[in-house]
Amino acid sequence: MTLDVARIRKDFPILDRRVRDGRPLAYLDSANTSQKPRQVIDAMSDFFERHNANIHRASHQLGEEATAAYEGARIKAAGFLGAGDEAEVVFTKNISEGINLVAYAMGNATNGQSGGRGGRFRLAPGDEIVITEMEHHSNIVPWQLLCERTGATLRWFGVTDDGQLDLSQLESLITERTRLVALAHQSNVLGTINPVREIADAAHAVGALVLVDAAQSVPHMPVDVHELGADFLGATAHKMCGPTGIGMLWGRRELLEEMPPFLGGGEMIESVWMDHSTFAPPPHKFEAGTMPIAEAAGLGAAIDYLTEAGLDQVRAHERDLAGYALGELGGISGLRLLGPTDPGSRGAAISFTVSEVHPHDLSQVLDELGVAVRAGHHCAWPLHRRFGIQASTRASFYLYNTQAEVDTLVEGIQQAQRFFGGT
Amino acid sequence: MMQIESLYQEVILDHYRHPHHKGLREPFDAEVHHVNPLCGDEVTLRVTLKDAGGAEPVVADVSYDALGCSISQASASVMSELIIGRTVPEAIGLQAEFLSLMQSKGQQQPDEEILGDAVAFAGVAKYPARIKCALLAWMAWKDATAQAVKEQTDD
Repeated sequence: MTLDVARIRKDFPILDRRVRDGRPLAYLDSANTSQKPRQVIDAMSDFFERHNANIHRASHQLGEEATAAYEGARIKAAGFLGAGDEAEVVFTKNISEGINLVAYAMGNATNGQSGGRGGRFRLAPGDEIVITEMEHHSNIVPWQLLCERTGATLRWFGVTDDGQLDLSQLESLITERTRLVALAHQSNVLGTINPVREIADAAHAVGALVLVDAAQSVPHMPVDVHELGADFLGATAHKMCGPTGIGMLWGRRELLEEMPPFLGGGEMIESVWMDHSTFAPPPHKFEAGTMPIAEAAGLGAAIDYLTEAGLDQVRAHERDLAGYALGELGGISGLRLLGPTDPGSRGAAISFTVSEVHPHDLSQVLDELGVAVRAGHHCAWPLHRRFGIQASTRASFYLYNTQAEVDTLVEGIQQAQRFFGGT
Repeated sequence: MMQIESLYQEVILDHYRHPHHKGLREPFDAEVHHVNPLCGDEVTLRVTLKDAGGAEPVVADVSYDALGCSISQASASVMSELIIGRTVPEAIGLQAEFLSLMQSKGQQQPDEEILGDAVAFAGVAKYPARIKCALLAWMAWKDATAQAVKEQTDD
C-alpha cells in the first residue's frame, strides 16, 4: 500500500500557504522541524478549550482529564518506540535535554549525589565516552562537558568519504575502558542510517551503555528500541508532526532506577525535608516542575497520525522520493552530494554543495521561489570540517512532499547557478 | 528574478566576484578572527593604524581573509574600500551608521554621501537571517581597531 500523498497534504493547513511573491510553498526543511497536521493542532486546541489543568496534583475532573491526556501520550510513546513499559519513557523539553539528562545523571553519580544507586554511572579518569564525527552538536557538547567535569576521555568514530561511520575503528575504539557509546541512528546532514545494532552489540560486550539519538529516524521509519539494542534513546515531537517543547527519552527501567536525578523540583520527589529529599520512581524522578501538558496531548495526536499513515509506508515514500531527488540533484553540474547515494541505506535528508554558490545565497534564491531549505552547518560543524566545507544546503523530505517539489528545487538551484555564476 | 535583486544588487555581486583589499598583509597592529555561528562564515581581519602625530590615528590598512556567502564577502570588500584612509573616529562613525542601517528593518533611507557603495546593503535589512552576514566584517573591524587603539594607548 502506498501513501496517499494528496490526501495527506490536505491534513497540513500550512502547505496551502503562498510565500514571498505569492509562490506556493515547497517545504523541504522537515529535518529541521516538520509541519503539523490539523489533527495535532486540533488536539492541542481541544486540550486548552476543554481539559486544561495541571496534572497529577489536581483533585478535580479537569485535572483527571489533563493527567489522562499526558499519561496517555506516554503510553502511546512507549508503544511507538517498541518499549512496552511506559515507565521507561521520560518526557523532556527536546532531545538535547534528554541527552543532557543522561550526561548530568552520570556526572551527578560521579559526585556521589543521592537519589540513585549509580555505580555503573560513575566516571573516573581513564574511562572513555565514544561518539561519532557525524553527530549533531547536541550529541557532542554534553559529552565534552561531562568529560570536563569527570576527567573521562572523549573519543569518536571517523566518517568515510562516502558518509559512513568508519567501522574499521570499532575494535580500537570500543574497549574495556568504554563506559558509554552515543550515536545518531540517522545523520541529520548525510542521511546515513547507522548500523546501531552492530555497534551496540560491541558496546554491550565490553559492558558499556548505548545512547541513540533518534531525532532523525523516529519520525521517518519504524524504530524499536530493543531491536536497536539501545539502553537510552531520544526523540523529539516537533520533527514528527508534533509540537515543539516536548521530547522523549526512553531508558531501560533498571537504568532509570539507578540514575540519580538531573533537575530537582516539584513532582520529582517522594518526600522532602529541609535538609534532604527522597525521589519518585521513574519516569517522574526525571520530570521536575510543570511539564508541557498540552504539548504531550499534541505528541499523542502526532503518534496516532503517523501510526495511521503507517511508518512502513512513510519510509517507502521517502525512499522513493530520496531516490528521485538524488538522481535529479546528481545530474546538476557543479553539485556535490554529501552522504550515501543509495536511498536504501539512508533517509531523505539530502545535503549538498554547489560550486560558485554559497549555501546561504542558494537558500535565499530558493526562498524567493517558495522553496524552504536549510543552509549552514546544520549543527554539525565537525562533520562539515571533515568534508572540507564550511556549510552546505540541505533539502529534507517528509510524508507530505512530492516529486514536483524536487523539480522546483532543481530548477531553483539552476537559476541560482545562473544568477551567481556569471562573471 | 524578482525582489531578490533588491538584496543582491549589482554592486554587491561585483564586490563578491572581485573583492577589494582581500588577503592578509603585514605589518598589522591587531588581528581578530570572527565567526557567524549560525552559518559558519568566518573572517580573519587585520588592522593597521597610522599615528598622525598628535592628531587622530588613521586607518592605514584593513586586510582580511574571509569565507562565506556573497553578502559577507562583498561587505568586507565594501567596508575596506570605505574606511581605509579615514581617521579612526570617522571610521567608527561609518560603522555605527552601517549598523543602524542594518538594524532599521528596511525603514531607514541610506545616505550615499556617507556610506558610498555600502548603501547597496540597504536591502539586506529586510532579510533578518542575512543581517549578521553583512555585519560580520564590520564587527571584526571594530573589535580589531579597539585592540589596536588600546595597544597604542598602552605603549
